[in-house]
Amino acid sequence: MSKQISKEEKLEELHPMDKWLRSERMPHIWCPGCGIGPTLYAWARALDRVGIDKDKVVYVSGIGCSGRGSGYLNVDGFHTTHGRAIPFAIGIKLAKPELCVNVISGDGDLFSIGGNHFIHACRRNDDLLVICINNFIYGMTGGQLAPTTPRGQYATTAPYGNIEHPFNTPHVADASGAVYVARWTSIHVRRLEKSIAEALTMKGFRYIEVLSPCPVNYGRRNKLPEPDDIAEWFRQSSVVRNGADTSEVQIEKDKPLILGNFVKRVEKLTYYEGLKKLEERVRGAR
Amino acid sequence: MKIFRGEIHVIKERCKQCRLCINLCPTQVLQESEEVNEKGYHLPELIEEPEKGKICVACGFCQIICPEYAIWVEEKKEETPTEKK
Repeated sequence: MSKQISKEEKLEELHPMDKWLRSERMPHIWCPGCGIGPTLYAWARALDRVGIDKDKVVYVSGIGCSGRGSGYLNVDGFHTTHGRAIPFAIGIKLAKPELCVNVISGDGDLFSIGGNHFIHACRRNDDLLVICINNFIYGMTGGQLAPTTPRGQYATTAPYGNIEHPFNTPHVADASGAVYVARWTSIHVRRLEKSIAEALTMKGFRYIEVLSPCPVNYGRRNKLPEPDDIAEWFRQSSVVRNGADTSEVQIEKDKPLILGNFVKRVEKLTYYEGLKKLEERVRGAR
Repeated sequence: MKIFRGEIHVIKERCKQCRLCINLCPTQVLQESEEVNEKGYHLPELIEEPEKGKICVACGFCQIICPEYAIWVEEKKEETPTEKK
């Protein structure tokens, strides 16, 4: 009886995001206050804003909390093996160059096990939009130390504080040759939407880092146990500096978070275009 | 000048009580209600105090910040009674 009522309610009341969602799978498994939801909504609104056909959108995700996203969204999605989201996306782009291929994955997937794929895709300038949802920790497996955990912060495998230097991921992307590099948080949703829309209109390897709250596994161990605490931290300590030098945007404990659209390079030859030119030169124009 | 007014809709079974909509609302018009959903989470509700200037202006921030896609805002169609200039 109660089920029937809730179904009727569902039909009556639909969130504007529902046209992008597989609504029958809602509610999703992400924790209360997770930043993946707002990020995916910002991405969907950016696709609407640019006006890309839903049938041309491909969403490739890796392993981790954010990997679940490809199952929840009603676009062509692939949940790939750990760290191999970018190689899979490169394959899709080479086989079907007309598609808009997006990789939305976590920091552990893109920078730990998939680190080499990331820098080499930047170097070759594969035509992909990569969104890294950075929650500073391995959230799904229980809060282990990630390559992006700031120094001095706590994790399950760093109970006395982290002594490792973390990745400065926009700098990695910039130094490897990405054409577009930006960083926002999942609280700055409107600017994130604009940034993603700008990236969608470009060609080449585009990288956007989204700082995301993980209250359950990162916040709880670092005196930020509620979703509001992390939202407040993002709000109080973010400084927007568009065009900032990416070598100076390292995330450090008790230092401001520098956000903005950092790099916008002149578009250069993508890997697929280079391959086409090579084919023409070697085999002759068909 | 037209004053935008909005009304909120909550999809009850999706809410997980993270309180982001309540705390990040620019006009602070959302509150935790007594009502709970089937999992025991308290849902947000709209409490407007027009005499103090606390009204929902349909900015839609709760809608885009909600991690669960549970709350959304609809702009009210009818004209609000405008006060004399």
